[in-house]
Amino acid sequence: MDFLPTVLSLVKIVVVIAYLYGLLWVLGVRVGKKITIGKQSFDISILVNALGALVAFFVVQLALTDFNGFSLLNAFDAGLLYQACTMVMVALGLNLIYGFNGQFSLGQWGFYGIGAYAAADVTYRWTNGDSRGLVVLGSGVVIGMIILVLINKALSNLRRMPVLSSFTLYLIGALFAGFLAVNVGRWVAPFLDPYLGNALGPGPLAEGAALQVVYFLAVVFAGLFAAGISFLFGLPVLSLGSDYFGIATLGFSIVIYTLMVNSDTVLPFPEMKGGRGMIGIPKLTTWAWAFGFMLLVIIIMRNLIRSSTGRTILSVREDEIAARAMGVDVASTKLLAFVAGSLFAGLAGGVYAHYIGFLSPGAFDFLVGFNPLIIIVFGGLGSMTGTIVAAFGWIFFLEGSLRELLGKISTEAPSWRYVLYPLSLLLLMLVRPKGLLNTEWGFLKARLIPLRRTNAQQGGTNHE
Amino acid sequence: MLLEVKDLHVYYGAIHALQGVSFDVKEGEIVTLIGANGAGKSTILRTISGLLRPRSGTVWFKDTNITHTPPEKIVQAGISHVPEGRKIFAPLTVRENLEMGAYLVNDKAEVQRMMERVFRSFPRLKERINQLGGTLSGGEQQMLATGRGIMNKPSLVLLDEPSMGLSPIMVEEIFRIIKEINESGTSILLVEQNAQMALSIAHRAYVLETGNITMSGTAQEIADNPRVKEAYLGV
Ligand SMILES: Nc1ncnc2c1ncn2[C@@H]1O[C@H](COP(=O)(O)OP(=O)(O)OP(=O)(O)O)[C@@H](O)[C@H]1O
Ligand SMILES: [Mg+2]
Repeated sequence: MDFLPTVLSLVKIVVVIAYLYGLLWVLGVRVGKKITIGKQSFDISILVNALGALVAFFVVQLALTDFNGFSLLNAFDAGLLYQACTMVMVALGLNLIYGFNGQFSLGQWGFYGIGAYAAADVTYRWTNGDSRGLVVLGSGVVIGMIILVLINKALSNLRRMPVLSSFTLYLIGALFAGFLAVNVGRWVAPFLDPYLGNALGPGPLAEGAALQVVYFLAVVFAGLFAAGISFLFGLPVLSLGSDYFGIATLGFSIVIYTLMVNSDTVLPFPEMKGGRGMIGIPKLTTWAWAFGFMLLVIIIMRNLIRSSTGRTILSVREDEIAARAMGVDVASTKLLAFVAGSLFAGLAGGVYAHYIGFLSPGAFDFLVGFNPLIIIVFGGLGSMTGTIVAAFGWIFFLEGSLRELLGKISTEAPSWRYVLYPLSLLLLMLVRPKGLLNTEWGFLKARLIPLRRTNAQQGGTNHE
Repeated sequence: MLLEVKDLHVYYGAIHALQGVSFDVKEGEIVTLIGANGAGKSTILRTISGLLRPRSGTVWFKDTNITHTPPEKIVQAGISHVPEGRKIFAPLTVRENLEMGAYLVNDKAEVQRMMERVFRSFPRLKERINQLGGTLSGGEQQMLATGRGIMNKPSLVLLDEPSMGLSPIMVEEIFRIIKEINESGTSILLVEQNAQMALSIAHRAYVLETGNITMSGTAQEIADNPRVKEAYLGV
């Protein structure tokens, strides 16, 4: 047997973790110098951080680039990278909900699936000469957000409305938004459609830059759509308390799975082809997109956690009674964490769909949905660094090295990795019950830089 | 009248925990509720701060009916609740815990001023400003909980057993500071097992027995009452 490739793939994991360390370090570098443009003065750290992120991006991009048939990372590695990026997004979202806010959720995978199918439907239709997907999803999300915010404004003036009544109001608002969006689509799409291509011959808008823009919008709208669903679902269910919440979210995942299996019969989406799986999704995800979206999620997550809202989220996990006695609106805080976490999952789904090019409901089965849960437990509940490292390590080890190694033994052996990793999880829980990494690296450790520093704050802020 | 509680009935499922409780707290007073374990003292505080809903009865604060006001609005109105068992946020530092106490205060400078004031009362907290709440000793945690309770400049503080689990010296210390907080203009509703200490700093007192108020008067009157002496003061 030739073990060199296996050894190499193990080396790869070490390199990947070192790379993540470097990325988080460079994002968190503080220079402490200021430049003055006009009357405003800026900390130049942000420029250094941005430059560092660009370098980090190009290093991998270069490794993926083919030079006369040789590239440092092959297509298989690229696939692992994309999977790892999406897994980071999903798992960070779940860590926000469970690790930081203490609400045990099994629904994360469902929101991932919603994001995947929603984004895929948009680009699939677009490349087949139908712009309705984008128009309906986009206007639905925008109108829906406006209506929900308006209802929220109206309700906050009322005294303690029972949860179910306010939920009903929001639901009616959301359905109305959906109805409006479908009609907007009916009116607007005919104007756009002639410029799009179809399966036989691509049109000018269905190629190149326009398609990239559509892809970006599709992923963002899919994320917001998942977030909207999580808002409606979370509103009545989050008040149940963590254990019941876990069961309800499990139910949610199963419902989503069932809807996917019947998407062509129960739901009006014949192009999703139900249990047979949706094919022909344009493979638009590149390293730039995967890296970009992952970075976006990491930055949002870190800024949220390191803000006063993050402290509020943590305080709810620690002690709901005490948080409430401080004046924290516990219900809204839980909802915020849940919606933000689902947003990340939705975005990840959109990126995943356009990497894999084929969506089958099997990929969103709730059993597979335990993966992000295992990752955040592995990495440490309430540790962002742990989640990121564990997600990359998990994908590269489980789908990379271990599969390769077991594949050398026999063709069936790779399935054994699903026995090996629960065992390794058990082992870890015995050795390090708080997870692999209990610290944060660089960027994730640093406090937010206050926009305007007062003298009083100077002493207290934590640089690192 | 700062706080007026009228005929409060509170249930936990079928348990009738408060059976028509009425009392009041005037501006500038320390009022103490004494009673045996399970009498319903904590229940009263939780109802005032909006954590529990009464079946019937009303709570008035500064001439506003707050019976059905959500907790965060009650905090904003100026009632601060230091719950039983301290409930410190373990993974947050002392500073962050105190900042949580000023959760609804938006003015950063004001928060800083309040923190200085807490540190004047509790110098020991200042020494431990960056220590995690969970690693403080029991007494320090009680100091932190009490300090956190005054961070939002309340006009009424509800204190639930501030002396629980503290050494005699620490109890003296905490009560001295409670008195100090009161002298700087904050009214206090104090629930205590340690009736002797509570009566020594309070202006007025109520005795609670299985969900009913059975006695009321000035702290001196209550302390001198033979039944109270026997049941709560152990003389
Ligand atoms: N969550 C609850 N569910 C059911 N019963 C409760 C609950 N909380 C309190 N009780 C009951 O209500 C009664 C009053 O409880 P409460 O906590 O107010 O007592 P307390 O006077 O504060 O006692 P202690 O001095 O021991 O703290 C007790 O009989 C208690 O068992
Ligand atoms: Mg009590």
